[in-house]
Amino acid sequence: MDGAVGLGSSEMDLPPEQAARRRWMSVLARASAAELETAVGAVRGALGGLPLYRLIRRPEVGMTMVRARAGGTGQPFNLGEMTITRCALRTEGGQVGTAYVAGRSMRQAELAALIDALLQDPARQPQLLALVVDPLAQAQDLRRRRRIARSAPTRVDFFTVVRGEDRT
Amino acid sequence: MYVSVKGGERAIAAAHKLLAEERRGDPEVPELTLPQIEQQLSLAVTRVMSEGALYDPELAALAIKQARGDLVEAIFLLRAYRTTLPRFATSLPIDTGRMDVRRRVSATFKDIPGGQVLGPTFDYTHRLLDFDLAEPKPVAAPDAEESEPQAAQPMPSVAAILGQEGLLEPEEPGDESAPLTDLTREPLSFPAGREARLQALARGDEGFLLSLGYSTQRGYGRNHPFAGEIRMGDVTVEIQPEELPFPIGIGEIEVTECQMVNSFKGSKTKPPQFTRGYGLTFGHGERKAMSMALVDRALRCRELGEEPSSPAQDEEFVLYHCDSLEASGFVQHLKLPHYVDFQSELVMVREMRERAAAARKAEAAE
Repeated sequence: MDGAVGLGSSEMDLPPEQAARRRWMSVLARASAAELETAVGAVRGALGGLPLYRLIRRPEVGMTMVRARAGGTGQPFNLGEMTITRCALRTEGGQVGTAYVAGRSMRQAELAALIDALLQDPARQPQLLALVVDPLAQAQDLRRRRRIARSAPTRVDFFTVVRGEDRT
Repeated sequence: MYVSVKGGERAIAAAHKLLAEERRGDPEVPELTLPQIEQQLSLAVTRVMSEGALYDPELAALAIKQARGDLVEAIFLLRAYRTTLPRFATSLPIDTGRMDVRRRVSATFKDIPGGQVLGPTFDYTHRLLDFDLAEPKPVAAPDAEESEPQAAQPMPSVAAILGQEGLLEPEEPGDESAPLTDLTREPLSFPAGREARLQALARGDEGFLLSLGYSTQRGYGRNHPFAGEIRMGDVTVEIQPEELPFPIGIGEIEVTECQMVNSFKGSKTKPPQFTRGYGLTFGHGERKAMSMALVDRALRCRELGEEPSSPAQDEEFVLYHCDSLEASGFVQHLKLPHYVDFQSELVMVREMRERAAAARKAEAAE
């Protein structure tokens, strides 16, 4: 299911390679800097080292305006902003990695951009998806379902009681 | 006119030092950490993010600590900080229909698809002080049942259910390409569009909106509200970076949504049906979301052919006075030295008194 990997509203008709990148970028954006450090460590081990890279756009903290819709489905409006961090880099192999992540972790943005670049190498992609993206997606999905599950015992059935004087 | 004064630098520096000491309080008591504030005063964090109009729990916690728990001051700090950040993007509209719901109640239907989930609520508590909280306690392990992961159940909005019969006015997206008012970049202008009103209310002071909402219930612009649905949980935020041909998810935010359903007799152009007011806040901000929805509905009076007669229906009154930053700034500036202003007033009052005394004298002589 789309929502499980951090894609919100839009089911889109995208070419498969774009749909795949959209998914992994969204998964990487949700991973913490610590999780990405671990992932990059695993990649280093699997590839026997990491490629050199040059920052095109050093990690930078900014904001995005968050839009919502009147009534949930109506006219858009500006709800308020949130902090985000972006980064772009180019590996020595020529792949350009990009990241936009919620919050202010520059390390998270840089690591997400690096993994994004590595994933764009078709030769390594299946291996890295299995090594990094799928486990992160599974962990995120589990966290999400655990969070929802904590509210499950508070599910309630209200019933209305017919008052005495109304009874025939 | 405000004439500035000079001097007092040393006293001001000393006052700031004293403020820092008072903020810290008794050094024997451990200092608060930001994670403590973020985790254990999360509803204060929610309010500061909502009215500060910037979602970042850690920054909100810092603002609360710096402001010594004065939330209006903390909101000011967050608003000031956001002016230092560039804006990289504007999100796609978040889809609250696909929220990971942790609380969801309807006061209009007891049997709703997806069910009613109380979640973490103060409702139905006895409001008795709990002295067990007075001392820190070890955390109990969660029940096995609670930690069992669950698949998210689809929870269609209550508005969608009522809408199927045409009993509720629809909320249509309208012209998606039309430019949208952004109050962080342009001042309010009147008549304000609904999108400008909703943005102003979302940033608006909870206390002010609560009282205005309450006034509509007491008869000042009555509109017969029902809490059609309140839901709280996490939604994904997606942006469309300019360098990519597709939108990407950047993370999740917690939001609270209130769909108020109001009865409506109908007008010349509209059949009798239920109308709507909408409230949405960052974090878990239920009272604010409900108040916002009541005031949103009241401000829609003109488009629904109702005669505006009460404060909550007065767009200029509500929107010009709902922002705590502006209100607090203007009220509190009265504390600053007004010596020159006051001198001129003093001269004027003395002259008026002399003239009045002279006039009385002349009258007595006649």
